[in-house]
Amino acid sequence: MLKYVVKRILMAIPILIGISVIAFFLIRLVPGDTVTALLGVNYNEEQALILRAKYGLDKPLVVQYFIWLKNVVAGDFGNSFFTKEPVLSAIADRLPVTLQLMFMSFLYSIFIAIPLGTIAAIKRNSAIDYGASFLGLLGVSVPNFWLGTLFILFFSLNLKWFPSGGFISFLEDPVQNLRYMIMPSVALGTAVGAVVMRMTRSSMLEVLGQDYIKMAEAKGVTDRRLIFNHALKNSFIPVVTVLGIQMGYLLGGSVVIEKIFSLPGVGQLSLQAITNRDYALMQGCILLVASGFVIINLLVDIIYAFLNPKIRY
Amino acid sequence: MGEIWYRFRKNKLALFGFSVLLVFIILALAAPIIAPYDPFQMSTGETLQSPNSAHIFGTDQFGRDILSRIIHGTRISFKVGIISVGISLVVGVAMGICAGYFGGWIDIIISRIIDIMFSFPDIFLALVIMAILGTSLTNVMIAIGIVYTPIFARIARGSTLTVKDNAYIEAARSIGVGDLMTIIRHILPNILAPLIVQITLSFGFAIRSEAALSFLGLGVEPDVPSWGIMLNEGKDWMELAWWVSVFPGLAATLAILSFNVLGDGLRDALDPKLKNESE
Amino acid sequence: MKEVVLEVKNLKTHFRTRKGIVKAVDGVSFKVHKGETFALVGESGCGKSVTCMTIMGLIGRKKNEVVEGDIFFKGRNITNISKEERRKLRGKNMSIIFQDPMTSLNPVYTVGTQIAEMPIIHEGKSQSKAKEIAVNMLKKVGIPSPDKRVDEYPHQFSGGMRQRGVIGMSLACNPELLIADEPTTALDVTIQAQILELLRKLKEDTESAIIMITHDLGVVAEVSDSVGVMYAGTLVEKALVKELFKKPLHPYTKGLLKSIPKPGSKERLTIIEGQPPDLHNAPKGCKFYPRCSYAMDKCREEMPKLIEIENGHKAACWLNEVNKNGK
Repeated sequence: MLKYVVKRILMAIPILIGISVIAFFLIRLVPGDTVTALLGVNYNEEQALILRAKYGLDKPLVVQYFIWLKNVVAGDFGNSFFTKEPVLSAIADRLPVTLQLMFMSFLYSIFIAIPLGTIAAIKRNSAIDYGASFLGLLGVSVPNFWLGTLFILFFSLNLKWFPSGGFISFLEDPVQNLRYMIMPSVALGTAVGAVVMRMTRSSMLEVLGQDYIKMAEAKGVTDRRLIFNHALKNSFIPVVTVLGIQMGYLLGGSVVIEKIFSLPGVGQLSLQAITNRDYALMQGCILLVASGFVIINLLVDIIYAFLNPKIRY
Repeated sequence: MGEIWYRFRKNKLALFGFSVLLVFIILALAAPIIAPYDPFQMSTGETLQSPNSAHIFGTDQFGRDILSRIIHGTRISFKVGIISVGISLVVGVAMGICAGYFGGWIDIIISRIIDIMFSFPDIFLALVIMAILGTSLTNVMIAIGIVYTPIFARIARGSTLTVKDNAYIEAARSIGVGDLMTIIRHILPNILAPLIVQITLSFGFAIRSEAALSFLGLGVEPDVPSWGIMLNEGKDWMELAWWVSVFPGLAATLAILSFNVLGDGLRDALDPKLKNESE
Repeated sequence: MKEVVLEVKNLKTHFRTRKGIVKAVDGVSFKVHKGETFALVGESGCGKSVTCMTIMGLIGRKKNEVVEGDIFFKGRNITNISKEERRKLRGKNMSIIFQDPMTSLNPVYTVGTQIAEMPIIHEGKSQSKAKEIAVNMLKKVGIPSPDKRVDEYPHQFSGGMRQRGVIGMSLACNPELLIADEPTTALDVTIQAQILELLRKLKEDTESAIIMITHDLGVVAEVSDSVGVMYAGTLVEKALVKELFKKPLHPYTKGLLKSIPKPGSKERLTIIEGQPPDLHNAPKGCKFYPRCSYAMDKCREEMPKLIEIENGHKAACWLNEVNKNGK
């Protein structure tokens, strides 16, 4: 087990380096650098040169990369060119919002998807099964931003149950916080829930056809025990793999959802950075999002190994 | 082939998806004939009209007919689908086959690139690429094409690895058939089934991604009647005019849903392992 | 005669399918006594596994599965008892071993956990007591260092070891009846002999009744006391093993016996021509009629009953009737 985890961590390192290379060089491809954007209409060669020298932008790219990487490793992501705020603290300010959004979407999706997928598989070809399959198809097809728009139209503007956007910290007022977060979480989590539900259903169906399930029935276990003890753990194995990929979807989708519901999260920050051509901030966001995804997948693989004794031993 | 068609035909849902897509294709091809109004025709006297007999889906803030814009939007969505999936398909399959067929260092390098690309959430990567390229329809297609390339590369690599060691490929090579010929004649036809399924599903992804990018204002030019642009404009008028936001999204959902059920149906029809699963 | 553990009377298991009714088991009757090994022999698809799955109560729970006839377990008719009562019998009083040991153990639990589950669910034993039983069972079925292996997962066991584990699991509650559904088919020849030997030894120890399902007459000769030969859902011959090998009465049995090689014999091996009938539309008369070289007109018209020909040796064939009358 330990050997597997160490191996898996070592495998993630070249990917993280690759991400840093992309985060750095991709941004340098953006037409018009920060200095141009910063000076705007007051642009003149002389001032630009001074500013470039100040920010180290006149050095060769490779040198700039290593300087940047050294600083990043030391925890210094640079300052936003616009607000002068350190990138790390700008991200740290916004991160809790995005994490809460992802966490709530994740909980919502698995709490609905796993029981529904399991029941649909057990009651195969029943009304519940067809209903679940239909919902699943709808869920994977509806674009999350449109679903969010519909929620706002219906639950905010029409019924006035929830605010249409904005944010209040959980620490400040938990009830208000949840009122602000419920619609975004459901809008973001629905597609993930649909994928997980479909996966759970098909995986459960496959497990239920296995010999060891027939054997367990022959042992005289109760129906309850058959599902909970014998089938569920096996059916989770492929579902867990899908969950890792879906976390990436939550991460990416949060950009769109935060925009619709005006949530001050990392997604909004990234959008801002992109529109402002704020190099350092953009790099920080890309680095954070991509390495966050890599780390989530690392954790998923470890959970996977924990569920599957064939990897553990 | 006959059997595949037979299995496919039995799947009512997939047939439904197929029919809906046919309708969309007709709408896209004949948009100027079918659409009741010019999608760009502004009419100051008819702004934000709710659905009525003259404008069954209503009008937007410039008095443009929403139905007509949706019909013209079909063109944009399908164009994005075809070109961006085309890019991912060609680039991805070339990468995947090279990695799988030649192995060694080529495989290691390509696989690492695929892994790194996969570690960016799709919409996020598309946004960053759009930031570099700037907003335009062409750039949207390129960005989406790049984002979905690793999926095709991974499928092509996996399938190539499984067919590579088959006797007929050994045989072809032993009689001096060149690498390119072997790939075209023997590898490509054998990895077609999973690719067809992925192509179908990717159309749905592409349509959704374009809509999302345009919705965020980082997609196509604002004057293009794309579903995403319509939704982007609609969100400013939500309190007054729900129809501006609802109908374009409905069209997008229907199109994505159809590609999804078609993809599922094709997978079941092409994968004989699941042949009698439903009986 | 010893106590009758299981009696099956005119058992029918039919499946309703889209293409019509499949009569997988169509009027089968037999008895199994305490300490007896009864072999059910036949080609694949003849209904021997379905018979046993029906006895276990694993078939007959779905709408398209119709079970008729009676199953008596230790004198009690269990055909129509509640699902819950039936479940309690399974594992505790009657167990089954399936063909493929590679797939009949759950990959995510240790072998020990899976054996210990039996005494836990059926006898309310504590975790630690049940684990003790599991170690004991592994020892009994001949697994070396059982106290270590008990905590290992199925993939750490070899095929033969897994089948030993499955046997240990099946016997953990000392069931009166053990059904072994082709328990050696998936194993190597040398391992097969070991597993058969183990089953024989365990039967002597425990006095369980065993139903051995097999298509291999060699296995029958080795382990069983009496045999039933099944063909297309019906029993065509039933006898003590010695009787059957000495004097097979049904043409199908004769065919089966001729198709196994005998060491030292110069006789040529023959095969039974043709295929078993499609159970959707089996022939009206004797189901073996189309493949039988002795077939008469009567065979096509009417199905022969399984009747006693001589001291306990039963067969379902008009030929015996003719022979009897001819005497």
